[in-house]
Amino acid sequence: MSAPDDRSAAVAADGAVQGPLGFPDPGPPRFDSVADVRSRLAQAGYLTDDGMAGVVHLADRLAKPVLVEGPAGTGKTELAKSVARVTGSRLIRLQCYEGLDESKALYEWNYRKQLLRIQAQQVVDDDPVPASAGSRGGGRTWHELEEDIFSEEFLLTRPLLEAIRSREPVVLLIDEVDRVELETEALLLEVLSDYQVSIPELGTVRAERIPMVFLTSNNTRELSEALKRRCLYLHLDYPSLEREREIVLTRVPGVSEELADQVARIVRSLRTLELKKYPSVSETLDWARTLVVLGVESVDAEQAKATLHVLLKYRSDLERAAKELSTGEGDANRTVRPA
Amino acid sequence: MLDVLTGFVAELRAAGLPVSMTEAIDAAEAVHHIPLEDRQALKYALAATLVKSSAHWKAFETAFEVYFAVRGPRHGANGRDGLDDEAAGDLDRDDEGAGEGAGVGRGQGSGGGEPLSAEELAEMLFRALLSANNAQVAALARQAVTRYAGMEPGRPVGGTYYLYRTLRNLDLDGLLRRLLEAARQEAGGELTPLEERLATDEFRARLDRLRRELEDEIRRRLVADRGAEALARSLRKPLPEDVDFMHATREELTALRRAIHPLTRKLAVRLARKRRHGRKGALDFRSTVRHSLSTGGVPVDPKFRYPRPAKPEILVVADISGSVASFARFTLHLVYAIASQFSKVRSFVFIDGIDEVTRFFEGVDDVAEALHRINTEADVVWVDGHSDYGHAFSVFWERWGEEITPRTSVLLLGDARNNYHASQAWVLQEMRHRARHLYWLNPEPRAYWGTGDSILDEYGVHCDAVYECRNLRQLEQFVSELA
Repeated sequence: MSAPDDRSAAVAADGAVQGPLGFPDPGPPRFDSVADVRSRLAQAGYLTDDGMAGVVHLADRLAKPVLVEGPAGTGKTELAKSVARVTGSRLIRLQCYEGLDESKALYEWNYRKQLLRIQAQQVVDDDPVPASAGSRGGGRTWHELEEDIFSEEFLLTRPLLEAIRSREPVVLLIDEVDRVELETEALLLEVLSDYQVSIPELGTVRAERIPMVFLTSNNTRELSEALKRRCLYLHLDYPSLEREREIVLTRVPGVSEELADQVARIVRSLRTLELKKYPSVSETLDWARTLVVLGVESVDAEQAKATLHVLLKYRSDLERAAKELSTGEGDANRTVRPA
Repeated sequence: MLDVLTGFVAELRAAGLPVSMTEAIDAAEAVHHIPLEDRQALKYALAATLVKSSAHWKAFETAFEVYFAVRGPRHGANGRDGLDDEAAGDLDRDDEGAGEGAGVGRGQGSGGGEPLSAEELAEMLFRALLSANNAQVAALARQAVTRYAGMEPGRPVGGTYYLYRTLRNLDLDGLLRRLLEAARQEAGGELTPLEERLATDEFRARLDRLRRELEDEIRRRLVADRGAEALARSLRKPLPEDVDFMHATREELTALRRAIHPLTRKLAVRLARKRRHGRKGALDFRSTVRHSLSTGGVPVDPKFRYPRPAKPEILVVADISGSVASFARFTLHLVYAIASQFSKVRSFVFIDGIDEVTRFFEGVDDVAEALHRINTEADVVWVDGHSDYGHAFSVFWERWGEEITPRTSVLLLGDARNNYHASQAWVLQEMRHRARHLYWLNPEPRAYWGTGDSILDEYGVHCDAVYECRNLRQLEQFVSELA
């Protein structure tokens, strides 16, 4: 379990696969152990459980992207941000949306600048014939010009390419990857598995350092097998009672332990109801803050009802929760006994 | 280790999880990077590399617990650490009995010494649960299994029966009541409704924990008895999307109900996308000619009509008799949920009489309530409450047949088990003439169609298509085709 040995072994194996071209240097490991991940993230105010910390640790060691899936508001994006913060890396974020394409995700040629460059050439040459017309002598200059305008100077890097080319440590966050179309996912595959980007005019750009990559998904559609295969998978669900209480304690200034406990317990009860939308962790925090601002020391049913709209965003949910919280009995359908 | 791992991967595949070669390699590599003595770390490492969908987590967990079970019933001393002194002695003695023969006698720990009596066990369990002493709960769970499960070595079972026996003897509902009573006394008399509710949920969580401990313990003993592979085979359960509606357990049904929500959201997204990216409408001749005037009469820029999204009207006619009730409930769930996607959804239910139930869904936010009202208020019994498709269909045709238009898709749900009544198949023929589509969804396996009193063949010839619809996967597929 000693860190340096494992790392060198991994590099050697990868190097053999990649041949003389050389695999990008993953850099020194960012975390020593699972416990290290946990404690450092906790210092940054992000509480993990064993599963999460384990996956982050593995992602670092195996140099693999992490696909984080789960309901909205459970801290998927925050995980990537916190990892960036504790490792002192720059966070590069690619927000996915329907219609995202190569020119927004990978790179784009700066057409205006290229055009300007061509026009400038013409002025310098004082040549009335356009260079592209291929007049006498124009062939050579055109060739030079072409070399010139398809150089890095005219390349606009977009998040993926930027993450690959960065020399400093980088955490790449590809947010809500389920929003792009199935076909667009293919764009990501080269970056995710080989950490390289192929640009027809320039050749292949390899990663200087392997970035840590996090993909988040709200599970509005199934991601392709190809994408899933390349990633480690982490399902972030609503936290356990204990963890939620801890989260409330760390993230809400001025909250008493008793209040945090009550908040976490009420939220847990709410999540057992059949609601349209369950309260998320961020909403729990908002609620706890609201209670602190209102100067509530311990929540009773009336106060809970009066502030429930912070937690629940549908009228039917609100009514239902209010009704359920004021009746002592649990949901009649639920029982501890198996069928 | 590699042997265990390949066996494990094979088991996952056999359970239906799509595990690719590269993922298996990743798993093997991941194992290098974690301390092997840490079972939890191993579990998460394997999960992260092998399981790529949260729906498959349960199947993975079961397989993991079997393949990487802590061998033997006395899995470490940690279970006994938290015990009270006087209790530790008792438990110790009994643990020996459990250690020697994990199911030698019926219920009696047959080692040295007297095991705890039933009352003592119940009392200690009650106290452990009340004080949330997890270690002691685990130890007592072991006791309870020894005492009540009556395990017999070599029997090829999955352990559900043992669990059931143990739970029946422990009487969890009674425990819950006692715990609540204790909480009330602690609070000095009465709890406010909110406190009561929270206490209930807390104790439920603890009892759930106890149940999991019991399951684990039984599984551990079964692994010790029969070996991992054999046990894994009998524990294998269908993945959530493959669970058969008709034979789902209550737990599976709850899980399925929850799965319906994301399913409808996915469907909505997919439908919206399909509409947006669908082809353009037909050529708009008038507009093309008008615009060609600006180019001297040459139609340079052909104009197209805007596509009109097809918004099918749907009539759902569902059999809700006992034999297919759970299936029909599901479909109604789904129908209700996708109602926003279609301009008009009307639902009818029948047994031997038929009634429209659309009104129960309107303005109701809670599907469960709507379903309850359907079950209690809808007028679906005509003579004896046994399915009579023929009568139901002919009444349907009489009362609502006029309302079927060429834009209507009719979905018929049922197993077509008609109890040997007249089929009245002509109704379906008429329906098909008038409707856009006529589909039949049957929750029975294809092999059973047309056997016994099933007259699906008679009805089937008049339908556009007859689908087997036994699980979520098939249902999802059907709905996406429909849209």
